[in-house]
Amino acid sequence: MGLISSLATFGRYCLFIKRVFSVPDRWAVYGRRTVTEISKLGIDSIPLVLIISVFIGAVITIQMQLNIASPLIPAYSVGLATRDIVLLEFANSILCLILAGKVGSNIASEIGTMRVTEQIDALEIMGINSANYLVLPKITAFVLFMPVLVVLSIATALVGGYLVALVTDLISVNRYVYGLQALFQEWYVWYGLIKSLFFAYIIASISSFYGYYAHGGALDVGRASTNAVVSSSVYILLFDVILTKLLLQ
Amino acid sequence: MIEIRNLKKSFDGRTVLHGIDATFETGKTNLIIGQSGSGKTVLMKSLVGLIQPDSGEILFDGRNLPTMTSEQISDLRKEIGMLFQGSALFDSETVLGNVLFPLMMFTDKSHEEQMERALFCLERVKLTGAEKKYPSEISGGMQKRVAIARAIALNPRYLFCDEPNSGLDPRTSIVIDELLSDITHEYGITTVINTHDMNSVLGIGENIIFIKDGYREWVGDMTQIYNTGNEALNDFVFATRLFKQVRDYVATHESRTPQR
Repeated sequence: MGLISSLATFGRYCLFIKRVFSVPDRWAVYGRRTVTEISKLGIDSIPLVLIISVFIGAVITIQMQLNIASPLIPAYSVGLATRDIVLLEFANSILCLILAGKVGSNIASEIGTMRVTEQIDALEIMGINSANYLVLPKITAFVLFMPVLVVLSIATALVGGYLVALVTDLISVNRYVYGLQALFQEWYVWYGLIKSLFFAYIIASISSFYGYYAHGGALDVGRASTNAVVSSSVYILLFDVILTKLLLQ
Repeated sequence: MIEIRNLKKSFDGRTVLHGIDATFETGKTNLIIGQSGSGKTVLMKSLVGLIQPDSGEILFDGRNLPTMTSEQISDLRKEIGMLFQGSALFDSETVLGNVLFPLMMFTDKSHEEQMERALFCLERVKLTGAEKKYPSEISGGMQKRVAIARAIALNPRYLFCDEPNSGLDPRTSIVIDELLSDITHEYGITTVINTHDMNSVLGIGENIIFIKDGYREWVGDMTQIYNTGNEALNDFVFATRLFKQVRDYVATHESRTPQR
């Protein structure tokens, strides 16, 4: 029964995505809406990304220093490990799990509210493909802006570690900076950016799907929002495993 | 003109519409009335294509909605205006933005021409001066008037209104009714109004279809309704003491009026 229900949901998602990825009625309107969504979903997320990244960067640095303190391990390893953790996992996967909460719930509740207040019906009756009109700009905007958020997150997390080196005596600044530069692999940056594009698509499309098919009242919109965040998070983790296997091996 | 022939719809084995036949005339306010759960909302949603009927025909000037392709439905919908029960205005747009929306999506007019048309529609519903306000900043009655302005922006041939007086005070309800009636006559629109507001029924009901338990129970106009022998309709329309008194007054008044 659960399998059939899951397959039915997946089928409905596929049909929904087919409607989303059709040619927009008006390219100019689509362009304007995409810019608005970049501001709403992307730029408005920058403060959260910066705050979380600087603290996590600092915490990773402290924990690295405390856990790998050994005369056999060079001191610059703290900077190196902090950098690689941020590049490989934090600034893409963990950041996207956090954004699934903020952006995902925002998208699902916005579209869900439009559904229960008949705004989506109003679009349909006007002859507008509501899925395409509402969702495509969100997906485009979030996928386009996600690399910016990832790069900002990487930079801020490393600054967080730098601040730890600067204001505490756990590690010297020179050794931390040397560690950041040591054995650098450019591919790790690309790997993180590629993963983040997939995750951005997952967050925007799944959240839109749950919002679009919300029905009832405020409770149902809340439920749709929760389902959107949970499903997005699970799929991010699943694709994290798949993409890591594909891109790093 | 919109004609419905033998329209049937069931949900999970429960029949909601039992072969409805009706005609909604051009240039008239056509009212669908009935108790909650009688099937009038399903009928309205079937008319605008939000619900696919099980069988039957819905003819928009001869064009049968249930057999249309999605492109044909999309084209037909550009001829339709709809006023929703909750107004369904776009929260993120101003009053002017809401009225401009269909013009931006479906016309190739210049921005100045679109603005001119939008401002004309707002003036028509007496909302000049509220252009920059957002839906959350205006009253329910004003929201309904914005929704009417949006619905008529593209000069629709068909106007559907789902309980336009829901949640409004009696005075504002009358304003909305008069506005819908005026617009219908002025532009020759086929207007279909789904309502259970008796003031609307007795005030603007030029063609009334009474639905009961999914069946078309009665058809007539607002003058015929006072003398109907249909018991279910009498129970529904003249349910309150006030409306019973109105009916009795009209009956007495008519009996005293000399026949010509």
